[in-house]
Amino acid sequence: MKKFFSTALVRGLFWQLIGTLVGAGLVTGIRMMMGLSATDKFFFTEPAWVLGGFFGVLFFLAGNGSVTDWFKWARGVDTPEHHEEKFSGWEKYLNVSLDHKVIGVQYTVTALLLICLGGLFALIFRTELAQSQLQFLKVDMQLFGQNGPELYNTLMSLHGMVMIVSILLGIAGIINYVVPLLLGAQDMAFPRLNAFSYWIAVPAAVLLVMSLIFGGFGTGWTGYPPLSSRAPVGVQMFFLGVFTAGWSSILGALNVIVTVVRMRSKGMVAMRMPIFVWASVATSIIALTATQLIGLSFQLVMFQRLFGMGFFDPAKGGNPVLFQHLFWFYSHPAVYVFVLPGLGVISELLPVFARKPLFGYRWVAMSSLGIALVGFLVWAHHMFTSGMNEYLRVPFMYSTLLVAVPTGVKFFSWVATIWKGKLTYPTPMLFVLGGLVSFLLGGLTGPPNATVSVDLHLHDTYFIVGHFHDTIFGGFLFPFFGALYYWFPKATGRRMNEFWGKVHFWLMTPSFFILTLGMMQVGLLGMRRRIVDYDPALGFDSTHLVLTIVGYLIGLSVLIFVINFFHSIKNGEKAEGNVWNSRSPEWQVPSPMPTHNYDQPFEVVGEPYDYGLEGSQYVKFAEPAKSNTKHK
Amino acid sequence: MRHFVIVGILVVVMAVLTYFGLVVAGVATQMHPIEASLQSVSIDWLWHWEIMAISFLFSLIIVPMVYSMVVFRRKKGDTTDAEHIEGNTTLEITWTVIPLIVVLILAYMGAYSLGQTRRVDPNAIVIKVKAQQFTWTFEYPNTGIISEELHLPVNQQVVLQMESTDVIHSFWVPEFRVKQDVVPGRVTEYRITPTLVGTYKVRCAELCGMSHYAMESLVIVDAQADYTTWIDQQSKAAFEASQSPEGLGKLLIVQNGCIGCHSTDGLKMAGPTWFELYGSAVLLADGSTVTADDAYLRDSILNPKAQMVDGFPPIMPAFDKLSDSDIANIIAYLKTLK
Repeated sequence: MKKFFSTALVRGLFWQLIGTLVGAGLVTGIRMMMGLSATDKFFFTEPAWVLGGFFGVLFFLAGNGSVTDWFKWARGVDTPEHHEEKFSGWEKYLNVSLDHKVIGVQYTVTALLLICLGGLFALIFRTELAQSQLQFLKVDMQLFGQNGPELYNTLMSLHGMVMIVSILLGIAGIINYVVPLLLGAQDMAFPRLNAFSYWIAVPAAVLLVMSLIFGGFGTGWTGYPPLSSRAPVGVQMFFLGVFTAGWSSILGALNVIVTVVRMRSKGMVAMRMPIFVWASVATSIIALTATQLIGLSFQLVMFQRLFGMGFFDPAKGGNPVLFQHLFWFYSHPAVYVFVLPGLGVISELLPVFARKPLFGYRWVAMSSLGIALVGFLVWAHHMFTSGMNEYLRVPFMYSTLLVAVPTGVKFFSWVATIWKGKLTYPTPMLFVLGGLVSFLLGGLTGPPNATVSVDLHLHDTYFIVGHFHDTIFGGFLFPFFGALYYWFPKATGRRMNEFWGKVHFWLMTPSFFILTLGMMQVGLLGMRRRIVDYDPALGFDSTHLVLTIVGYLIGLSVLIFVINFFHSIKNGEKAEGNVWNSRSPEWQVPSPMPTHNYDQPFEVVGEPYDYGLEGSQYVKFAEPAKSNTKHK
Repeated sequence: MRHFVIVGILVVVMAVLTYFGLVVAGVATQMHPIEASLQSVSIDWLWHWEIMAISFLFSLIIVPMVYSMVVFRRKKGDTTDAEHIEGNTTLEITWTVIPLIVVLILAYMGAYSLGQTRRVDPNAIVIKVKAQQFTWTFEYPNTGIISEELHLPVNQQVVLQMESTDVIHSFWVPEFRVKQDVVPGRVTEYRITPTLVGTYKVRCAELCGMSHYAMESLVIVDAQADYTTWIDQQSKAAFEASQSPEGLGKLLIVQNGCIGCHSTDGLKMAGPTWFELYGSAVLLADGSTVTADDAYLRDSILNPKAQMVDGFPPIMPAFDKLSDSDIANIIAYLKTLK
């Protein structure tokens, strides 16, 4: 227990609390000297909480040791190039580590926790939606200074943002763990920056959840002003949380790009990189260059609230629609940040389980970059009804529909990879195929939203909600689970239980398709999104009841996954060799991976996915690696 | 070759089945709910094409995938790899160029359909719409009518000139299809030609706060003669109301959207009901009790947060733009609610 309380995580959280109080106290002191009110509804005033939240993050990072090395360098103290692990077992993961594999696991487990939290929020409001009329989120209930409908709005908004952060951490987890191994690198290019990027996401998550108790923020994750400029203090915690999480994303992306550019093994030219590396680069380019805009747009609303600057306030000459442009300039490309790594996982795993080369490698690689680049030019399709200049709508329709072309290339190439493949269906492959179908549904329901006139009907309905969940489950969640089942043996030397993995898949997949198709159907019929109650005259009660039931089934399946995941770390079947008979370099050495990755460097001597080509191999180790499986 | 023929046939069969499945589910040929405006015709036309395209593309991917999963799956005991097929540049170019042409055609159809929904009739009737948390108010220029429900004549284009006094709202009547946000600080335009007599609802489609879900008002499409009668009656009533204080008070109540939160019949909404309010004893949040007299009501309008009624959240904005005579008229109206 004592060990637990001295971990970097607990120390960080303790210092975050101290920092919050110090920041809040500082502002309160200044306010008292100026003769302004010292307290408000949530004890401290809003400016006090904002500086408190900000100080909390700084104190967290200073207090948990993730910036210690930099401080040492500033003082002229040297630190060892290669950090030896001071901790072992679970302690390693709750303390600051510079090992990309440990950081990858930290990211992944944090993402899983946030997925569970975001899912819990969803189950709470899905329960309310099971029937029309208000059942338990009533107008006369009170919790955290919010009545029922307000609490619904907060939970719905938090579901969105907590899930988004969990996705950003989840992809960072997979990328961090896998990319250096695929490249043959010993670590990421900047190990300390890597640790910093992870640890700054922890106080960010705390800030997001804190918004719930500070009156919440019933604005949706989009936080459009003027609604967000009138929301309770909670919205400031939400802004700060997103701002901080954005730092994690930007710095992580920078690290990935530099690592891929600088640290590839000998012979790994661009067109011989594993396809997942291409996807990681594409996603990192977006995250590195677009994330600033969401931070900026939220910061402007924050200043509008704190200092009365009227950026988006029409009474002061501001423009609410401007916010939407700034916001979506990140938040549309962001969905490609979410899905590109997942699509990369699909492309990476299909050849392994089809025993066939990835069809059209170059085209699949380039389609990721194509999606990333076109993705920057489509943001205003979220604003077809917003009252922006009308002539903007048609060009944005054209650019949006163009995204279908590189996406189509991916689908056709996947089908061609599967065609005549000798497929087997272990759990990771099931999730890859489930992701493919789910993303197909999400992809096909996209173009109707892109054509302006049809979108005038679909916008802000459950059709969008269903479409979005299809793209994100298909582009992130299914491949994420697939990747975890697939690389779990690499990290632990054991594999997850296959039976419970299949139960997870067969429980989640049909439920999920019922969920999103049902959402799309009621959306078409007139179900608006973000409402705590719907008109019983619309006749949606039975559909919503079904949606709630399948929602719970998805929750149950994820619970099964989480139990399987943690149980298998110690108790899973031993799997130290090349479990999936893959050509990829990380599987040519025994699991779990040693601290500094490969004992011998390898050279790339062939194509990554030449399954079925006699005598070919992808990598050749300098000396025979300690591998107990043959190289295929 | 045999496989390609079988898959080709299955793709067609599957596409037809998917399409008819969507027709049976009631979401294909015409988006439900019923089509009640001229603008919805071109929207549903495009949607129908999109449903057909979706049915085909869905089958084009799913059928070869599932066929392959079943027919080519690894047989028991087989440990060899599959055939070494790296790619095919002609195929890749084909499935880049054809989709490119398809999306360009779709975008053209989208632009055409958008043009249809925006077609302007110079004789369109103008109605002013005011949106605020959480009510819609409709003003008919040159008639003195300010109404809580929107009456529209059938087969006649109307232009709604919409303004918001607080946050962003969105005007959406699902049967009309078209949706338009209402943004503070500007006037947005919503052009519609109802084609079907009936009663519908405008439902706010942009999250606007606590009672967003309940921000709905009746939209009634009348036959031309009924519409004229309604306008006549309402403008006469509006004129008569303007002759008495309580009539003017009622008009102000509608104009300022008070009824979004306060009922006049005893129903509990976001704010306290006004039914039998005047002269009654009101329990405040701090535990004290006041009598709802002129002074209390006046304070509650001008500075609502000073005396919060027990059990209600402090969400009412101060209506300090109302003049003394306005407030006197409103109180006169409240007195009539018994």
